[in-house]
Amino acid sequence: MIPMNMMTLPPDLAAISALQSKLVAALRPILPEHALLWEPEDTIPYECDGLAAYKRMPLAVALPETEAQVAQILKICFEMQVPVVPRGSGTGLSGGAMPISQGLVLSLAKLKKILNIDPFTRTAVVQPGVRNLAISEAVAHLGLYYAPDPSSQIACSIGGNVNENSGGVHCLKYGLTLHNILRVRGILMNGEIVEFGSLAPDSPGLDLLAIILGSEGMLAVVTEVTVKLVAKPKLARVIMASFDDIEKGGNAVAAIIAAGIIPAGLEMMDQATTRAVEEFVNAGYDLEAAAILLCESDGTPEEVAEEIERMTKVLEESGASGIQISKDETERLKFWSGRKNAFPAAGRIAADYYCMDGTIPRRHIATLLKRIQGMEKKYGLGCLNVFHAGDGNMHPLILFNGADEEEWHRAEEFGTDILEACVELGGTITGEHGVGLEKINSMCVQFGEGERESFWGVKSAFDPEKLLNPDKAIPTLSRCAEYGRMRISGGKLPHPELERF
Amino acid sequence: MNAANPIIEAFREQILSAATNKVQLSIEGGGTKSWYGNANTHAKLDTRTYSGILEYQPEELVITACAGTPLKEIEAVLQEKNQMLAFEPPHFGEQATFGGAIAAGLAGPGRISVGNFRDFVLGTRILDGKGQDLSFGGQVMKNVAGYDISRLLPGSMGTLSLLLEASVKVLPKPAATATLRCQISQEKALRVLNEWAGQPLPLSASCWIGNTNSEGQLTIRLAGAVAAVKAAIPLISSLVNASEVDPQSADTFWNDLREHKLSAFDNLAADQTLYRLALPAACGALTIPGASNEIILEWHGQQRWIKASGDEATFNSIKQLVTIHGGHATRFKQGASVNPGFQRFTLLSEQAHSKALELVQERLRSAFDPAGVFATKRLP
Repeated sequence: MIPMNMMTLPPDLAAISALQSKLVAALRPILPEHALLWEPEDTIPYECDGLAAYKRMPLAVALPETEAQVAQILKICFEMQVPVVPRGSGTGLSGGAMPISQGLVLSLAKLKKILNIDPFTRTAVVQPGVRNLAISEAVAHLGLYYAPDPSSQIACSIGGNVNENSGGVHCLKYGLTLHNILRVRGILMNGEIVEFGSLAPDSPGLDLLAIILGSEGMLAVVTEVTVKLVAKPKLARVIMASFDDIEKGGNAVAAIIAAGIIPAGLEMMDQATTRAVEEFVNAGYDLEAAAILLCESDGTPEEVAEEIERMTKVLEESGASGIQISKDETERLKFWSGRKNAFPAAGRIAADYYCMDGTIPRRHIATLLKRIQGMEKKYGLGCLNVFHAGDGNMHPLILFNGADEEEWHRAEEFGTDILEACVELGGTITGEHGVGLEKINSMCVQFGEGERESFWGVKSAFDPEKLLNPDKAIPTLSRCAEYGRMRISGGKLPHPELERF
Repeated sequence: MNAANPIIEAFREQILSAATNKVQLSIEGGGTKSWYGNANTHAKLDTRTYSGILEYQPEELVITACAGTPLKEIEAVLQEKNQMLAFEPPHFGEQATFGGAIAAGLAGPGRISVGNFRDFVLGTRILDGKGQDLSFGGQVMKNVAGYDISRLLPGSMGTLSLLLEASVKVLPKPAATATLRCQISQEKALRVLNEWAGQPLPLSASCWIGNTNSEGQLTIRLAGAVAAVKAAIPLISSLVNASEVDPQSADTFWNDLREHKLSAFDNLAADQTLYRLALPAACGALTIPGASNEIILEWHGQQRWIKASGDEATFNSIKQLVTIHGGHATRFKQGASVNPGFQRFTLLSEQAHSKALELVQERLRSAFDPAGVFATKRLP
């Protein structure tokens, strides 16, 4: 839902047009002709990110090719007080890169050089537009890789990963983006170049790198990132375990961790998901199982053998109705194929799907799944559950038909209900996709006024004029007040005639 | 939230009264690290009244405790379930508290393989300088709702807010550990440690102690799956002619290293300072003019300890040398006759591309603490 206050003020088209001309005139001298777009046919690809339901046209789009150009652009926008929305590959799922009508979209996609690879110190220095997977590909010959692997890793950029603190399938063992970044070079809204963190294990002063990671493009524009590289495991094997009951599956997850094992990956799919994906990938999933658990071990062959044995024992004791262990790499990839293709499979069985991202303590996995089953009935919509069970990060995929506006509203309400259940169970509204615009109202539920005021304090410390991606992630006081009133009216939106996306 | 908790109310009153009277409060737990950071003589806010483990579910890998909880109490509870604080925070005394360890943000030998204190902090509850009771983050591993304010607390030395509670990620103890030792030069130690760290070996910690220009003693710890440790012992032993240290002596060694109880840390002369150097992995052996010959390297050379004269000229030359190599230096502990008023840390303004961050940091602090109740300057 788009901020109501933005809806109530109809944009003054003449003023916008004048501002656009002024901005373009100011940016033209510093950018090559092809690096500045403002005609609607050129800027329309930038109207949304991976969350296509949220769209807005920007004043202009700048595609700088050097850090110096980025700094100049920011200086100019700062002087003109024009808001800036930084953008990487545009794969984000929370609308974090959605343009601002009277603002500039600053694409970092052309800064895509790998500047340095140092096998001795296991680090790489890359520009923000470098794709996540491109880093691992570039260092594969050295026996190294970059560990965080969000499912969009073929396309998503490292700059975007830094801003979202992206996770992935392997973060239970290898950590989030946060744990794999040593240094970020960036530019403040006023054009000043700064560095957060360093190649040393810590840096003077407060740990500002910690706050930059996951800051959704609101504190600084990232121009260079030093990532940690880790040794590629010699071998990986996965166990596929079936459970005739979701609760047993959920408990097995907790039992593995309690046994002192940190699997390289621990993922779960419910029956609706396995049925949907099996048709698509033919991985040989047990279609009678209420839940399937994928449990991966990696390391040296000796380590993997030891861990697979320990995990198998725990899964058996947890009441698994079937256990298969991948014999070779081909079979391992086959077992994973359904998990990796859950989204396209959802796209095959429904016109549209809405992906949620709440995280809950592991022990509540079964509770949440049962509540979601109830919500499916309440909202009359199907939902596939496929998720990072090991860290309690749930990705319910709500199925709906976007051509039917009423159905989309129901999907949104369904999603909001799931997120509020996550908060109630001691979790959070977003584990790895970010708040962006999508979950900005749910921030009013998760945090009180004092916390939100502190977030604004952080924002102002870096960007006192509130020009850098200012409408994302942190709701204003008035917005939360308005949201509170909307929720109170029993899920019935006031003014249903108003367009909200 | 138990908003009416009388202990928290007392903290709030103390904070609000300090704000009204425009005085600063120095937050203190067991006082075991009171010598660390810039000296101050402000009134104390004692956190030890707010003590206790609030929640610990081993299968969630998270412990939540009050700031005043003794660190050893937390470690004992984890030990019962065969879990641990994998970054091994130093205690520096029996009375060390959980909150004090977070505020200091220090980590022990395991830091090089598992990460820093802040990497493990999942959520915090704080009282800010306005006496507001605020909670950030939570108890789950993955959480990107709002700025990650919790992770600003480790190492903030009480200059941002009063930490009330924290949720910290814990890890299972490794299935196997082994400690190996050999005689080797500093250059060679730095080289092999970095080479091994780039291979799938269960390297968990390292420490080299010796004189800059001669052979020294390298001790390394392996930790992980039984099979992995078993396979790594002969491999590493053959590469550097190392032999295994018996488990009990090994435990004592790593514990003494973490607590600065090794003999190499002893005998800090009255006019000397123990300097901590934080350096990139690429930094080779350094020659510090005027420093004692003995040097202690941890974290594969990324943390180094040297004893040298405590005067400003020495610190300046150390800072200069370390900054050139991309690191920073701290006056970690000063001898009795060294001026306690000396700045103990490298300043942001002394680092490349960090000057502008001084203003950011100042604004950040005043957002949490507009009256400057926590502005003790213990951390600049």
